[in-house]
Amino acid sequence: MNHIYNPGSPFQTNALENINLEIETGEFIGLIGHTGSGKSTLVQHLNGLLKPTSGRIWVAGEEITSPGTKMKQIRKKVGLVFQYPEHQLFEETVYKDISFGPMNLGLTDTEVAYRVKEAMELVKLSYDDLKDRSPFDLSGGQRRRVAIAGVLAMKPEILILDEPTASLDPRGRDEILEQIKIFHQEFGLTIILVSHSMEDIGRLVNRIIVMDGGKIALTGKPGEVFARSSELEKMGLGVPQITTLMKKLNEKGYQLPEDLFTVQDARKAIMSWLRGNNHA
Amino acid sequence: MLKDITIGQHYPTGSIIHRLDPRTKIIGTFTFMAGLFLIQSFWGYLAVVALLSSVILISRIPVRYVLKGLRPLMILIMVTFFINLFMTRGEIIFGLGPLNITREGLHQGIFMAMRLVFLIVGTSLLTLTTSPITLTDGIEHLLNPLRKIGVPAHELAMMMTIALRFIPTLLEETDKIMKAQIARGADFESGNLMNRAKSLVPLLVPLFISSFRRADDLAMAMEARCYRGGENRTRLKALKWHAMDGVALVVIGSYFGIMILIRLSF
Repeated sequence: MNHIYNPGSPFQTNALENINLEIETGEFIGLIGHTGSGKSTLVQHLNGLLKPTSGRIWVAGEEITSPGTKMKQIRKKVGLVFQYPEHQLFEETVYKDISFGPMNLGLTDTEVAYRVKEAMELVKLSYDDLKDRSPFDLSGGQRRRVAIAGVLAMKPEILILDEPTASLDPRGRDEILEQIKIFHQEFGLTIILVSHSMEDIGRLVNRIIVMDGGKIALTGKPGEVFARSSELEKMGLGVPQITTLMKKLNEKGYQLPEDLFTVQDARKAIMSWLRGNNHA
Repeated sequence: MLKDITIGQHYPTGSIIHRLDPRTKIIGTFTFMAGLFLIQSFWGYLAVVALLSSVILISRIPVRYVLKGLRPLMILIMVTFFINLFMTRGEIIFGLGPLNITREGLHQGIFMAMRLVFLIVGTSLLTLTTSPITLTDGIEHLLNPLRKIGVPAHELAMMMTIALRFIPTLLEETDKIMKAQIARGADFESGNLMNRAKSLVPLLVPLFISSFRRADDLAMAMEARCYRGGENRTRLKALKWHAMDGVALVVIGSYFGIMILIRLSF
């Protein structure tokens, strides 16, 4: 997927400015930024919900900003899960709600049934137990998964999730993130995960894009981005606790790499430093 | 998408008119409307135009902005004009098949259309110069005497305030759900009337649910802060009559007096 996009839109103070971005097929992107930095605005451009004031966007070789583009085709390719997606549920049963998207694509009933089942399995919801339940009887975490399944059932090639873990308990959060990882690894989806939790993003993604004030401030591998913690803090963003720990240790005179963000990596680095020091 | 809609057309300039007590402005507007219905000749409209243009001038609101309020009601004005034009009996000046335009019809049509225009401009001046919250405050105060006969003045005003407060929130929510459903392939724009009505279900159901949830939350939050209705409730910004209010009431009173005089003398 090539994606070049250049709006200089003055219609809002925190609209997007000079975004120039290319995302490869199969990448797992983490989009981070402070509230109001333009993350959500940016992702809504990617499936044509918003149109850039100026500039162009290509999705899978097709210019979606050119007049006469079949938007339905684009939205089939680019699945967008909004913030608090459970608020969009409306049908009487889970089955009907998930089938809303595939039905809009004009698929046959058997294909729809197959896709609903598959999507529910993907998000770890029991098809037989839940398909006839009302989505409003389910727990918050389950409802969110129903909503995500509703997008997955459209079989997008690119999946964008806008803060999919907001206000979930730690367990619900870990489950959702684990499933997103599976979508990427096993099904080869290109994923764009919007979040402001550094910890979540660091563990999962190939590349981080940091947005600030409608501009792309930093981009690179998680380690590279987190190593620039002072810049991140200036934008009102934190770095993972492990990165902060490594930095603090270095301030005390240790020599440890600062681009780490998982407990395992940190443990390894500290152990090897200790061993190195003992030998010397 | 929907965020472009402005609700309540308050146009703050901080002029004398804006700073008047909302009660003065509400009473003034009603008096103005009553006076307008007393008018029977075009001469009366001269006084109306004089009053309206001086209010607009003092309020420093651009004339074009005031007239913009007429646009959504243009159809109503046109319908009124044409019905009067064709349906009034009298001396025929122009005939077109079964439709006849009479001199009286033309007169009546223009007269009625003008009355509507003045009515709309007059009332929109009230909302242009008064913020919705101040307006509800004023309404509550004016309804207070009716409490004795069981009109729940405070509750009505509180309902209006809450409704006004939630209009932007609701619009934002509508916008979000609409986008979410469009992302799932929903189509709100094409198809016949029946299909369009059907396509609103995925929008309206979540909207109702979230409104109920919000109402519940708000009720809980109000109770948690010991809200118990209007009994003995004091206000942060108490309404006060100023000298300017007296002047305004004298002006509007003399306008009404002139209207009665014109009515009686012609």
